[in-house]
Amino acid sequence: MSWNILADSMPQLLQAALSTLQMTGLAFLIAAVLGLPLALARMGPGLPGVLALGYIETMRGVPQLALLFLIYFGLVPLGIALRAFDAAVIGLGLSGAAYLAEVYRAGVQGVEPGQIEAAQMIGMRRRAVLRHVVLPQAWPAVLPPMGNYLVALLKDTSIASIISAPELMLRARDLSSEYFLPMDYYLLVGGMYLVMAWPLMQGTRMLERRAARGRLQGEVR
Amino acid sequence: MSDPPLVPRPEALVRAVRVGKRFGETEVLRDVDLSVQPGEVLAIIGPSGSGKTTLLRCIAHLEHPTSGHVEIAGERVGAVLDRGHLRPMSDREIARLRQGIGMVFQRFNLFPHLTAIENVMLGPVQVLRRHRSEAEPLARELLRKVGLAHKADSYPERLSGGQQQRVAIARSLAMQPRLMLFDEATSALDPELIGEVLAVMRDLARDGMTMLVVTHEMGFAEDVADRVVFMDHGRVVEEGPPRELFRAPSHARTQAFLRAVIDRQAMAEAP
Repeated sequence: MSWNILADSMPQLLQAALSTLQMTGLAFLIAAVLGLPLALARMGPGLPGVLALGYIETMRGVPQLALLFLIYFGLVPLGIALRAFDAAVIGLGLSGAAYLAEVYRAGVQGVEPGQIEAAQMIGMRRRAVLRHVVLPQAWPAVLPPMGNYLVALLKDTSIASIISAPELMLRARDLSSEYFLPMDYYLLVGGMYLVMAWPLMQGTRMLERRAARGRLQGEVR
Repeated sequence: MSDPPLVPRPEALVRAVRVGKRFGETEVLRDVDLSVQPGEVLAIIGPSGSGKTTLLRCIAHLEHPTSGHVEIAGERVGAVLDRGHLRPMSDREIARLRQGIGMVFQRFNLFPHLTAIENVMLGPVQVLRRHRSEAEPLARELLRKVGLAHKADSYPERLSGGQQQRVAIARSLAMQPRLMLFDEATSALDPELIGEVLAVMRDLARDGMTMLVVTHEMGFAEDVADRVVFMDHGRVVEEGPPRELFRAPSHARTQAFLRAVIDRQAMAEAP
């Protein structure tokens, strides 16, 4: 191991890791916010339902890398030239929205129909039922898969290096080819991803345990 | 009861007019006519699958009749007359209609993420837009009325079935409904917990609440109901005052049902 070279690279790598975290956070925000209306449309009737399903299936079927290329290069002829970082955030966010929409849907459909009927019978309108009865109960079931998605997203940001978005993987590639030390740099950077993912993984496990406990109590009741 | 009354009876609070319901090929309700006067307690009895629950759910607009219709206080359930045409009710109109109807479910359906008192307060606060400071004393009073003042801050999972069902009744009453529907409210309860729920229902009847009670508790139907309806295979077979219907049922089908129920109870009670 070439400790000196690696040590000298650390400031750059830490800076890049910060970009990775920012990219992850922003893409996650887009996915989490956009996913909910998408899930609700998907469960509803009519054209919105069909459109939402079409969107979700398309996103599931198209590689994220193709989507990133499309947004970064494909939009240029239309006069839309995004920075690589922004293109990556949008691309990852849009495909994540489709994924989280399905997570939300599973959570909402896991709520007993009797709960919705009870809420309707105290005179609640659709929105109120959703807000006060359905979502609070779907939440515990939704959190663990959401956490898993966040961990996956953190690692998936590495594909943004292919459109040269400044993040950890791109910096690692640049440095390793500069110093001809692929083993050293990729081991180090792999470790850095692990260190960032670790707390998320632990948090997700905790949520899973809590959700399982809730389910157990549900059975006893 | 096969012919609908030719003269409409405007005094009825609930009126089912030739209500029919099919689920695919299965005909669950066939031309059911029924009316409930304000303050009346009507018990609906009959074997499982006879359509009692479906009828109740049609009144609550949780199911939609495939033929006929239901009226509550002269207002058609699920449809409004708009410039000479019937159109389906909007989300808002359905919600407003249901505000006047309390429903108690077999499986209680308390909101598990809310405490007992929060369950009772949710409707007044979120639907009637009452201030919490106003809704809370009312909710406490209702919990006291069902004997659960001391459980106000318990979550449903900490309550017995009977306690949950009493909270569910309080939750319905908090909306000050003019009609209460009970869908086999005691069927999911352990035998020793049935009495406490029936006692609350009895109090409610004594206070003059209009009640439609789908039940297997023949003793309760006989003591509390003003009128009993026997249903079988989606039809109203026979109806009348409890004394007549239980002591001298006129239809063979009613006789057979009551005999079966009484035999079962006698067997259960035998030493």
